[in-house]
Amino acid sequence: MAILLNKETKILVQGLTGREGQFHTEKMMEYGSQVVAGVTPGKGGSTSLGLPVFNTVREAQKQTDATASTLFVPAAFAADAIMESADAGMELIVCITEGIPVQDMIKAVEYTRSRGIRLIGPNCPGLLTPDEAKMGITPGNIASRGPVGVISRSGTLTYEIVNNLTQMGIGQSTIVGIGGDPILGSSFIDILPLYEADPETKLVVMLGEIGGSDEELASAFIKTMTKPVIGFISGRSAPPGKRMGHAGAIISGGKGTAQAKVDALYQAGVPVADTVSEVALMVQKILKNQ
Amino acid sequence: MKIHEYQAKELLEKAGIPVPRGKVAESPSQAADIASELGIRVVIKAQVHAGGRGKAGGIKLANTPREAEDLSADILQMTLKGLPVKKVLVEEAVSIQKEYYLGFVLDREQRTNTLMVSAMGGIDIEEVAANHPDKIAQIPVDPLLGLVDFQARQACFLAGIDSLSLNDTVKIIKKLFKVYQATDATLAEINPLVVTAEGRVMAADAKFNLDDNALYRHPELESWKEESEEDPIEAEAHRRGIQYVRLEGDIGIIGNGAGLVMATLDEVKRAGGNPANFLDIGGGAKAELVRNALEIVLMDPHVKGVLFNVFGGITRCDEVALGILKGMESLNIQCPIVVRLTGTREKEGRDLLKNTSLVSAEKMTDAAKLILELTHGNSAE
Repeated sequence: MAILLNKETKILVQGLTGREGQFHTEKMMEYGSQVVAGVTPGKGGSTSLGLPVFNTVREAQKQTDATASTLFVPAAFAADAIMESADAGMELIVCITEGIPVQDMIKAVEYTRSRGIRLIGPNCPGLLTPDEAKMGITPGNIASRGPVGVISRSGTLTYEIVNNLTQMGIGQSTIVGIGGDPILGSSFIDILPLYEADPETKLVVMLGEIGGSDEELASAFIKTMTKPVIGFISGRSAPPGKRMGHAGAIISGGKGTAQAKVDALYQAGVPVADTVSEVALMVQKILKNQ
Repeated sequence: MKIHEYQAKELLEKAGIPVPRGKVAESPSQAADIASELGIRVVIKAQVHAGGRGKAGGIKLANTPREAEDLSADILQMTLKGLPVKKVLVEEAVSIQKEYYLGFVLDREQRTNTLMVSAMGGIDIEEVAANHPDKIAQIPVDPLLGLVDFQARQACFLAGIDSLSLNDTVKIIKKLFKVYQATDATLAEINPLVVTAEGRVMAADAKFNLDDNALYRHPELESWKEESEEDPIEAEAHRRGIQYVRLEGDIGIIGNGAGLVMATLDEVKRAGGNPANFLDIGGGAKAELVRNALEIVLMDPHVKGVLFNVFGGITRCDEVALGILKGMESLNIQCPIVVRLTGTREKEGRDLLKNTSLVSAEKMTDAAKLILELTHGNSAE
């Protein structure tokens, strides 16, 4: 089953003809994703990586029946590209781009949400359903298919944990990178219900970090879930007021501390791993007892 | 990006929001000149990117130009929260009848901008939020529609703004939202908004934070960026396009991806050590960038050892290893370095580092313990 994405999903790539777009689309296709076309304004009519390129998402959608779009569009144009995709009726939009002005993002997020369209990102590694398809930049070789849903605000930390799981023989249903920005299309609480409803997913690993209160909000929902969730929060040693790489990873005005998140998760009955390597071990233990 | 109070007031004034008359001074004599030009009692305010200036002695009242000169001389020698005071704002001291709080802030939970109004102005809004949350009116602004007039009125009524100053306050809220949007701010605060003894409403203090990701479309504001206020190593790292945050410990950390680097800092801390920095080489880093990263970390004289933690996805471990070797050749490195490489081309990477003084580790936890053991030996020298 998995969530959000499978091998049937017809995918567009906005920004296909750029450097990042070329590199990662090729990897997406190698992995088995059904990429059907690219969109680059002004390059309509050409082909790239053997795919037709269109000027607009609307045209691409009409010709290919695509339902999902991945964006490798430069930051200055990305919010606009998200809204174009939403306007053309895409059901799922995954925005990889980092560095989008936040006032642009609140508009793009509202525009997609008000139309009931799911936006993942920005500033994220995207989605991967093992042995089926990926939208974004998560390396395919580390993933394997199985019962664990992985959702995260960080890229490489996710890879590290997915790699550990795979090496221990524990597979994943779908890996979702929601992104490291302060304003996101989907937060934990938007995705957790999908795992809860997915018959394949037996357990969810939730990787949070300092900044904001998405983990605290998610904790309230986790209390109502039937499936176990394991948490990890990075940035326990981060000082207040300093932005730790991700635009959203900052403790400000006493809000967004790792401790507050760990406490909220504990209160929801969620075991929180102290170290990265502990995560996979905890998963193993819980799955054995099921 | 943070800007100074005098710069924030310049933005407010341009937007048509009344502010006290005043000018910024860089020397005591300049401050005296401004005070005599204003011709009345003045307030001297330290201009640094730090809160709590009043409590720290960075804000003083001066009755005469002579006093303004003396007090400015004191303040210009101060260091507030580690930041040297280089400028003071000299402005007319207004007689205050009431103090309010007005602000627009990027609200992560609501995924939009939120208007905040309180009749409890002049104190830290976080303090009000913690002790009297009912005294702050908070109204989320529709991202697509923008601020609607009734919302500004509603916020004022909810907050209990005096009916005599209501109209002026509503006008100021609307103007503040315009300038908040026009500058791509993530915070625009007027605290306090004062009602003077004469019944005038004006911004006595102001604070803005601007979105770094949007600075490219505000070249006129970019010149307000002050590298002198940043840590010098952080400034150098940013010039080289490297994400680096200086911390207070002695273990240098280099990794790829913000989450993984943060988790590495946590791991070092857990093993009993103290990280000297956060450094993220990003995705797909080339050898030269890795060498640069090593050089940046070693600029901090407190660093006693360096820990590399790289998970190769689009980043290639052999490329990282080459960068480390380049660094070993070109930088005179005396301290131990522990390297943990996993993922894409890890074997090639590890092979490159064989027969060198570098210490290899397979797991994050082991790597953290190793660097601590090695640096502990160092410090005992």
